[in-house]
Amino acid sequence: MSVHATSTNRFLRIFSGPFGALLALLYAIGVTYILTQDPRSLLGRLLLFSALALIYFIPQRPAVKFLLGAVIVLTVVPTIGLRNPFLLEIGFQVAVFATLALGLNVVVGFAGLLDLGYIAFFAVGAYLWAFFGSQQIWHINEAPGTFTVYPYFPFPAWWFWLFIPLGILASAGTGILLGFPVLRLRGDYLAIVTLGFGEVIRVLANNLDKPINLTNGPQGITPIQRPPLPAFLTTPELLATLSQWAGRPINANDIYGFFFYFFGLLILGVTIVIARRLDRSKLGRSWTAIREDDVAAVAMGVPLRRTKLTAFAIGAAFSGAMGVLYAANRTFVSPETFSLTASISILVMVILGGLGSIPGVVMGAAVVTLLNIDILQSLSLQLSSLRQGPDSIPLLGIPWRELPTQLDPARYQRFFFGLLLILMMIFRPEGMVPAERARLELHEGDAEPIPDAELEGDITPDEKLAD
Amino acid sequence: MSVILELNKVTKRFGGLVAVNAVDLRFEAGSISSVIGPNGAGKTTIFNTITGIYKPEEGEIRFDGHSILGLRPDQITARGMCRTFQNIRLFHNMTVLENILVGAHTQTPSTAWGAVLRTRAFKQSEEAARQEAQRLLLYVGLPRGLGDQLARNLPYGQQRRVEIARALASKPKLLLLDEPTAGMNPQETESATQLFRKLRDELGITVVLIEHDMKVVMNISERISVIDYGQKIAEGTPAEVRKDQRVIEAYLGRHAESTTISVH
Ligand SMILES: Nc1ncnc2c1ncn2[C@@H]1O[C@H](COP(=O)(O)OP(=O)(O)O)[C@@H](O)[C@H]1O
Ligand SMILES: [Mg+2]
Repeated sequence: MSVHATSTNRFLRIFSGPFGALLALLYAIGVTYILTQDPRSLLGRLLLFSALALIYFIPQRPAVKFLLGAVIVLTVVPTIGLRNPFLLEIGFQVAVFATLALGLNVVVGFAGLLDLGYIAFFAVGAYLWAFFGSQQIWHINEAPGTFTVYPYFPFPAWWFWLFIPLGILASAGTGILLGFPVLRLRGDYLAIVTLGFGEVIRVLANNLDKPINLTNGPQGITPIQRPPLPAFLTTPELLATLSQWAGRPINANDIYGFFFYFFGLLILGVTIVIARRLDRSKLGRSWTAIREDDVAAVAMGVPLRRTKLTAFAIGAAFSGAMGVLYAANRTFVSPETFSLTASISILVMVILGGLGSIPGVVMGAAVVTLLNIDILQSLSLQLSSLRQGPDSIPLLGIPWRELPTQLDPARYQRFFFGLLLILMMIFRPEGMVPAERARLELHEGDAEPIPDAELEGDITPDEKLAD
Repeated sequence: MSVILELNKVTKRFGGLVAVNAVDLRFEAGSISSVIGPNGAGKTTIFNTITGIYKPEEGEIRFDGHSILGLRPDQITARGMCRTFQNIRLFHNMTVLENILVGAHTQTPSTAWGAVLRTRAFKQSEEAARQEAQRLLLYVGLPRGLGDQLARNLPYGQQRRVEIARALASKPKLLLLDEPTAGMNPQETESATQLFRKLRDELGITVVLIEHDMKVVMNISERISVIDYGQKIAEGTPAEVRKDQRVIEAYLGRHAESTTISVH
């Protein structure tokens, strides 16, 4: 296969066997140690993420990898997160965007239908809870603006749990709604129409503030309720104990940080399982078949309309629950979040990670989200603190404070994505974890190697025509 | 003997071009027949019209006693007709076994819910489908270990066989093979011909071939229909067709070097 695969394999081989598993564990412990010393260290966070990626790639049994990953995700991150809640916030955002990317991957990666308006389905879920979980219903006859916030809400906060399935249904329904008109379209046409659809939803969110004020227009809806936490999680004793551990005061709001982190992970986990199971079923094969050759697929009995519609519906459904959760997390929803750039950002995650590859897409989402909300921001912060100080840039001798603010890394977000994408397309167009690699891995266990003689079969290959 | 497929005055146009011109065809259940004719005569278009990929402008098509006009290709496949393609159309990035499993689409009763919940019914139907696919792989003469190979990595002759196995997975009563031996060497062609006969003799499938290799055509067909410029110009047993003056003209007149109708 490619040069990449073999060269990485050689490095990863030291992680094989029981010794290798121990090595990976030691690495994770080392990273944890760095983070306990300095919970805010960007380097520590990056190493932690690299540890997770490493665990995926090392040659160990799935159970071992799963265990190692679970240790990091379920114990290391929350423990460090007690000291630095930002880590939980990053984890939550990665879970949100990984779920969205998995949903888009069903449509684009599995079924091969290019969708440039995917964020619309996320918006449907988010606005659904934004409307029913806020006080907006009391303001539907008022002009958009900032309203008095009452200490009580029209509907109880626990309805959040009701709206998780409702969000899924609403998004899936919207997916079907989009699916119908685009059934006959392919390629460029499909991309343009879905792009338009995404914009329509955003424009609706922007303008449904009159004649009745459903969305409060560009100002957005706030405050949005969060689900009630069970009482035993917010007892003064527990909070006091946690505060002592963390070395800083822990309040109910911090507990919400944990809640969103874990619940986000749960939804992501369920999504991964569903995506995997669908991929390896009759429906998944039908999606791949219409992606590969829709004429051959329909001639083999695969109904095109129904198969495409289920791809749109299921792909959209994945983002519905996350939309509801996201609205509760932010307690604020506005059209800005659901721009075309957001749709493209998710597409970038899918392509970067590997079209059609579930682990790839999750990894792509993690990389893009980390770049977006952590790495570039942190670099900018560090740069600006250097700018306050008296030091000079090493080698160049120019004082930091004279560095123009135009060079702020956070301003170059799109530039870095563009660069990353171009480099990927040149050096590894199949993505970070190509779907085929994943596929071959799946079969590693069950197929014994084929003897050469048997492979040739009873007919000799025709070299001229074989491509 | 009953007629399994019947075309009455079927016409298919592409803009001004009449690709199929008022063609009548009848195929007996359990027979092996060939459709022959020079390149561009309209043979593939006839197959595409029968299988619902194109809608004919005029005429009627009856399959197994019912009109199938207006049905979608997947509905026609579900009724027991399947095909292969002249320019092999496998799903290249799927494994051989998965290709065959797609062919089994209409025969696999599993649902998306079953797949997500991994129900007992799902596992059973999936397992049964896999076993059947593996059986078909061997049946068409492919080696056992081939199932996990990506289809695109197979040599040409094997790809043709996978396409046949994929079509068989839909449990067809009628199988349409579009130039199934094109690009094969003489040994491959010989063993492929035996396979076609086996499909009819053992499985009772009615086989219709579009074929250029006259040795195969004369050897295997019980009846031959000859198409030229979208029209049926002759029909009959191999012996009858070989002597037909119009057929000889159609072939020798325009394609003297590329095709020969003489068989020893
Ligand atoms: N989709 C199409 N659009 C336009 N013309 C077509 C199409 N398919 C086939 N044709 C034309 O119809 C005629 C018959 O083609 P075809 O059925 O492929 O011939 P054969 O299979 O006998 O070689 C040719 O002239 C071909 O160019
Ligand atoms: Mg043809």
